[in-house]
Amino acid sequence: MKSFNYHAPKDVKDASKLASSNSAFLAGGMTTIPSMKLGLASYKDVIDIKNIKKLSGIKVSGKTVTIGATTKHVEVATSKDVKKAIPALAKLAGNIGDAQVRNRGTIGGSISNNDPSACYPSACMALNAVIHTNKRKIDAEKFFTGMFETALKGGELVEAVEFQIPEKADYQKHPNPASRYAIIGVFVAKHKKDVNVAVTGAKSCVYIDKDLSKKLSSNFSVSAIEGAEVKSSGMNSDMHASAEYRANLVSLYAKKAVEAC
Amino acid sequence: MASLVGSRVERKEDTRFLQGKGRYTADINIANQTYAVFVRSPHARAKIKSVDTSKALKSSGVVGVLTGKEIAEDKIGGLIAGWAIRSEDGSEMKVPANPPLAKDVANFVGEPIAVVFAETLDEAKEGAEKVKVDYKVLKAVVDPADAMKSDAIHDGVDKNLCYDWLLGDRKAVDEAFAKADKIIKVDLINNRLVPNAMEPRACVVDYNTASEEITLYTTSQNPHLSRLVMSAFGNVAPENKLRVVAPDVGGGFGSKINVYNEEIVCSWASKKIERPIKWVAERTESFLTDTHGRDHVTHAELAVTNDGKFLGFKNETIANLGAYARVFGTVTPTYLFGPCATGVYVIPAAYSNVKAVYTNTAPVDAYRGAGRPEATYTIERLVEKAAMELGMDKTEIRMKNFPTQFPFKQTLVHTVDSGDYVAGLEKAKQMADYAGFEARRKKSEANGKLRGIGVSSYFEACGIAPSAAVMSLGCGVGLWESAEVRFNPTGQISVFTGAHSHGQSHDTTFAQIAADEMGVPIENIDIVHGDTDKGTFGMGTYGSRSLTVGGIAIVNACKKIIAKGKRVAAKMLEVNEDEIEFKDGEFVALKSNKKKTIGEVAFACYLPGQRDEMKSPIPEGDEPGLIESAFYDPPNFSFPAGSHICEVEIDPDTGNVKVEKYTAVDDFGRIVNPMIVEGQVHGGIAQGIGQALHENTQYDETGQLMTASYMDYTMPRADNFPEFNLGFTCTHATSNPLGVKGCGEAGAIASPPTVMNAVIDALGGQEISMPATAEKVWKACKSMKKSNAKAA
Repeated sequence: MKSFNYHAPKDVKDASKLASSNSAFLAGGMTTIPSMKLGLASYKDVIDIKNIKKLSGIKVSGKTVTIGATTKHVEVATSKDVKKAIPALAKLAGNIGDAQVRNRGTIGGSISNNDPSACYPSACMALNAVIHTNKRKIDAEKFFTGMFETALKGGELVEAVEFQIPEKADYQKHPNPASRYAIIGVFVAKHKKDVNVAVTGAKSCVYIDKDLSKKLSSNFSVSAIEGAEVKSSGMNSDMHASAEYRANLVSLYAKKAVEAC
Repeated sequence: MASLVGSRVERKEDTRFLQGKGRYTADINIANQTYAVFVRSPHARAKIKSVDTSKALKSSGVVGVLTGKEIAEDKIGGLIAGWAIRSEDGSEMKVPANPPLAKDVANFVGEPIAVVFAETLDEAKEGAEKVKVDYKVLKAVVDPADAMKSDAIHDGVDKNLCYDWLLGDRKAVDEAFAKADKIIKVDLINNRLVPNAMEPRACVVDYNTASEEITLYTTSQNPHLSRLVMSAFGNVAPENKLRVVAPDVGGGFGSKINVYNEEIVCSWASKKIERPIKWVAERTESFLTDTHGRDHVTHAELAVTNDGKFLGFKNETIANLGAYARVFGTVTPTYLFGPCATGVYVIPAAYSNVKAVYTNTAPVDAYRGAGRPEATYTIERLVEKAAMELGMDKTEIRMKNFPTQFPFKQTLVHTVDSGDYVAGLEKAKQMADYAGFEARRKKSEANGKLRGIGVSSYFEACGIAPSAAVMSLGCGVGLWESAEVRFNPTGQISVFTGAHSHGQSHDTTFAQIAADEMGVPIENIDIVHGDTDKGTFGMGTYGSRSLTVGGIAIVNACKKIIAKGKRVAAKMLEVNEDEIEFKDGEFVALKSNKKKTIGEVAFACYLPGQRDEMKSPIPEGDEPGLIESAFYDPPNFSFPAGSHICEVEIDPDTGNVKVEKYTAVDDFGRIVNPMIVEGQVHGGIAQGIGQALHENTQYDETGQLMTASYMDYTMPRADNFPEFNLGFTCTHATSNPLGVKGCGEAGAIASPPTVMNAVIDALGGQEISMPATAEKVWKACKSMKKSNAKAA
């Protein structure tokens, strides 16, 4: 690992000031540190945001669950409040990586990295999340812009993610047998007016399957999407899964998720 | 005194291994050490036009940079193939030079080209980045099936063919096939595996400028052999100036048999730069450069009668050696594979023909089972297919062809001393509730799942001895083993063994044996291994040989201790030697019932003089002290055997395969420590299930290893397995005094065909290759649905 300057600011303002084109924010470090160790990334300044108290914690209001950026997966997975308000979100967090990853990794880190096979982005999309940054609020659908790309600008830092509490929801993933990342993951959320089916792992970036969402919005049942074709075009094809196989899994896991709701 | 052999003695190793107190090579640091980082070829095949080290030499902290040019100038030898295999036409195998640092050509991704030494690891890495290698990239040969049709990658190795080997009688096989009612055929790929020892390879070298002695701490399964090879072939230092220490080693599975480039280079270089050197592989380096396992392409046929009798067997295999032939690389696909491919069956005529080819991939060598898993996979897929095609029960067809008389002269090489294959399979059937399978299949079907059952009966030729036999088959060394038993004057015992424990628990099992032999508490015994400066020369651990060869050497050395003890005790008790009986740690004068404990006798052995009343207890002609050694060369291989039964359930929607039940019944002869044996079987089965369902080594067409990290290479995990159901039958080996057979590799040998037979059974007989990943199985399920629909 190349040497770097380590900073541990106490508030967001200081963190933001330290940021430059050659810096990285460090939360759980589950991606940043391995990338640095492998020589895939190097930074002049690493800004550790774990000491910023206001970035961590879970708040449930009437209609929303707001999770601070440095809240760890294990905290979301075991939170009584989250389990009560959006059990699917706790389940998702409890199945990310392994125990070590869940004890370090954070929601802010996950969505800022926007790995195409990360789990959290699908929850953000399906639960109409609003991403609070130190500069603005961004709707999830505008936040995830491409493979490892987000709408975040230089020095902009995710502070919290505000999820809309659905009537029902479930997350199903088919893990990559090697890494246990999602080969595909499907987050189905039934809101009062409509249904969102968000898919991760299948394409270069998380997306809403509009066809499945529409069908389920008019009739929230497995039969509504029985036989609905999920097209493989545009889907990832790699040594772990072909596009065709991924398309099959999306259709299958959408049904599993509806069934589990 | 109760026998310790046969009891579940808790491991002496647990304190250090379970409490983080082990001392591995990477834990060792020498004052003033430098750090080595290797510059490796990023190309699978390339000419090395030039290597420019000037910038690296100026880089901060860099102490030295060495390349293939300097190592050639110093006449340091390369890596070696340990077994000479002859082709069917009598010609000798073709082995290319394998210099420790490639000078002219690089032949696989990761092959070392240069090495940088620096004050810190980071500085060494930075220096390595500044070594500029100018390559001319050449078209790589990757697929073993195409290797013979491709450009020759080594000068003088036509068609990339190392040898074209035959064992058996083609004519007799043709005659047998002519008489057959049916010919069963399979085309198999035995998938390449990366051994993935938990501890990556490492070495620390300390050169003493005064004595000119090199001490090499290294991750080796066989430190004496490493010293021999580095001295005799590597020209690194004379054996008396080279000490090789393999301290705690975190797994080997065969991948740590070889002396590797890095050990030779660092040992040589430490003398050149007159500084200690430390090198520890990163995980990616392990993936790229540890010797890999398996990688066969096989076409095999079994000639059968309509009532299921086996008449003849053919095996045509292409074995991928990778870029170079290594220590066991050439014997693994021949003598460790060919003879075993007829399995546990009476087959009157058989042959195995193996063409070993070079490709631009990591060298392939022994990996847990080494040749015998490939053999078992070949025959057991054939047998299962034969049962299916003949409409016979898969256990019945096996029983019908098992030998019932022992010794059993197996078709190609081995004479199996003992066994009871029928008893093993019967017991496995009972433990697996084989009879109840159809009901379970129906239940799975009712849930929309496919259930399959698979059987595999195997035998393993292990011990890899006697020396006379292995040397006549081309082995470059004799495969005996040594032991030395040293009594201290105050009664504790050090037992030195030439075997090496890297997870096998020798500290415990060897101590159990020695404690029983000498009637002393196990706490008084320490097993010492892994250091060429301690104890006698030894051959190390692989091929399930530690107990069957090394364990017997210990027994024999103990017997010599007792023999001398009897002479001394006789003198002490003033009776004739033949009036002394040794039992439970005591020498008893039969007539008078006077006794001396072995501790008293040992103490007396160190007091040979006379003083006052005390007379010397050492009989005339005997020497003082109580130290004995033994070199044991067994009369034959040993032959563990057994039957495994697996049940899988497949979800046709995802293709996920779940191993629902796994039953293993093994005959390891006499068992020294059932707990440790169970652990060995568990680990072996886990690795075999890994091969069958998960482990997916893939090179792309340019020779880049696509699965060079745990993000992409699927290691099996605990949640991939059910609780294993283990049982044992026991026929004592007649070839050694303990009656033991060896157990380290059995699980990995038997389990791949067992699992695959179950998967293929669930898929209605549809062939599928290893690893049976979810997508492959899903595709097979889809085509099954289609053909079922057609049939309907």
